[in-house]
Amino acid sequence: MSATQVARPLLLGPTLGRTSLVLVSGLGLLAAVSLAAVAFGTTGVGPGDAAAIIGHRLLGVGTVTWPASSETIVWELRLPRVAAGMIVGAGLACAGAVFQALLRNPLADPYIIGTAAGASLGAVSALLLPAILPVAVGAWLGIGLVQLLAFAGGLGAVVVVFGVARGHAGTPVIALLLAGYAVSSLLAACVALMMFLSGDRLGAVVSWLLGSLGGASWTRLALAAPLIVGSFGILLLRWRKLNALLLGEQQAAHLGVDLEREKRLLTALAALATSAGVAISGTIGFVGLVVPHLLRLAFGPDHRLLLPAAMVYGAALLVLADLGARLAGGIPVGVVTALIGAPFFLWLLRRSLVVHGR
Amino acid sequence: MAAEARDAPAIRLTDVAAGYRGSAGDRSVLDGVDLEVRGGELVAVLGANGSGKTTLLRLLAGVLAPSRGTVELYGRPLGAWTRGELARSVAVLPQSMELPDGFRVSEVVALGRIPHGRRWFGADIEDARAVADALRDAGAEDLAHRPVGELSGGERQRVLVALALAQEPQLLLLDEPTLHLDLAHQIALVRLLERLRRSRRVTVVAVLHDLNLAAVFADRALLVHDARVVPAGRDDLAIDPLLARRAFGVAIEEALTADGRVVLTPAVTRPMNEPPAS
Repeated sequence: MSATQVARPLLLGPTLGRTSLVLVSGLGLLAAVSLAAVAFGTTGVGPGDAAAIIGHRLLGVGTVTWPASSETIVWELRLPRVAAGMIVGAGLACAGAVFQALLRNPLADPYIIGTAAGASLGAVSALLLPAILPVAVGAWLGIGLVQLLAFAGGLGAVVVVFGVARGHAGTPVIALLLAGYAVSSLLAACVALMMFLSGDRLGAVVSWLLGSLGGASWTRLALAAPLIVGSFGILLLRWRKLNALLLGEQQAAHLGVDLEREKRLLTALAALATSAGVAISGTIGFVGLVVPHLLRLAFGPDHRLLLPAAMVYGAALLVLADLGARLAGGIPVGVVTALIGAPFFLWLLRRSLVVHGR
Repeated sequence: MAAEARDAPAIRLTDVAAGYRGSAGDRSVLDGVDLEVRGGELVAVLGANGSGKTTLLRLLAGVLAPSRGTVELYGRPLGAWTRGELARSVAVLPQSMELPDGFRVSEVVALGRIPHGRRWFGADIEDARAVADALRDAGAEDLAHRPVGELSGGERQRVLVALALAQEPQLLLLDEPTLHLDLAHQIALVRLLERLRRSRRVTVVAVLHDLNLAAVFADRALLVHDARVVPAGRDDLAIDPLLARRAFGVAIEEALTADGRVVLTPAVTRPMNEPPAS
């Protein structure tokens, strides 16, 4: 039988060549989108000047032919914002891919086990505290109390959810999902109550909850980026464990995966990346849900390609969405991702139902 | 594998008890089990639903620890095996398994190489050879490039066998592998196990429900009954109908075929006054 067939090489997963192609294309897209995001806005700098300013500041090349105000806009305002979009978008998409694999639930996103609700409660508490405290702590740390409490709240909620869901025979995925839902609901109610009582500070609370990259600064990035990038490094190396989980928990165990250890480790890393991102940007929805799904449809479910692709394309998507949000008069970027992401996702879902007949 | 382990039996259970913790206290599904399986044997495990067949397989796979007694594989107690070593030596075909959408068959079979993975990225030549061999031995070569979502039940089962073989196990555990298969595919699968046992010298322990399939293909049949594991046969009978009757709670009839084989069938009668079900 095989003698008459033309030998076709066996596909054993994404090859290094294919992965590189996908990632290099993604990086190209990210570079183009980022340059556009730095160049365009209420004050246009132009892609040429923007690139020259970045080159000058980073590498010390070229001569200054642009006004000083352009340099301030690019270096102090737009570039940190673009960098924040990259790091937050990459973190959300990657964490979403990890949670979808770990919880084997297509609805899983980075916020599913409490990170968003916990971070919101932390941030809103900080926003409503007597104004003197944030200033004092902020001056001391170089970051706002809002960011600090958002980060702590996000991680704290996950610790609570994990503690509740843990039984003597391990941590069932369904218990994690239910505990995550219940804890999120409780924390959301607390946030709602605080909003009700917030009086004239309601505007600040709402704008944080809607998600925005406007508060990005180099200092905040310097604190969040190592956490997110560090968790990326460890997550990327765990692609075999995540792939084994595609066959279900039972079979993953038969393939040598220590289920409880992986659940703890993967949850901790994904929650860390999510909480650090949310602390910078507030809760931006849909990126962490849609990007992994899209990439899985395009490139398959293998995590050695899916995880790095989620980082690169998630970054590009959020930078693009933030550019759109700024050009549309400064609406919150979380609104843009949902306004464009949700209909696109519905179209995709509809198409996959029609094409595959499932 | 260490040299001294070569002569040891593939499986040795000594006075094993195992069970699950429940709200009503601990429940022993198996108790006082002694069992020895030689390397290269093909053993069928029979028993009523809930008798502990799956528990026995979970013990052998190392995912359930015995509450008493010792489980040894190839002369080494299970506690002395690392997860990785176990995954490179024991493969399990469960009753049901999710197959991830979006993969081709060869990619799913390659997941069986996960315990052997050494490279930081990608598969090496050894992996490619193991996957090709697994596909060939499982009779799934022709399926290699097909998307897994489009497989029929029988094809799926061959792919799952190939996935298990890609682990290159010495011990293959199967939990009701014929469950969703029609008659022809049931026989094809058991024949496949027979072949693998010989070509790969792999030890096979398979939970089966069909007494005749077990009697014909297995070297011996075991019966899980009353929390113990006992030989299902007696004298020259592969399966003792009286024992089977006790285990399953159904009268089992023996019938002699034209070519002189004994086959076992459950004695099913319809109550006198009941109309036939339509």
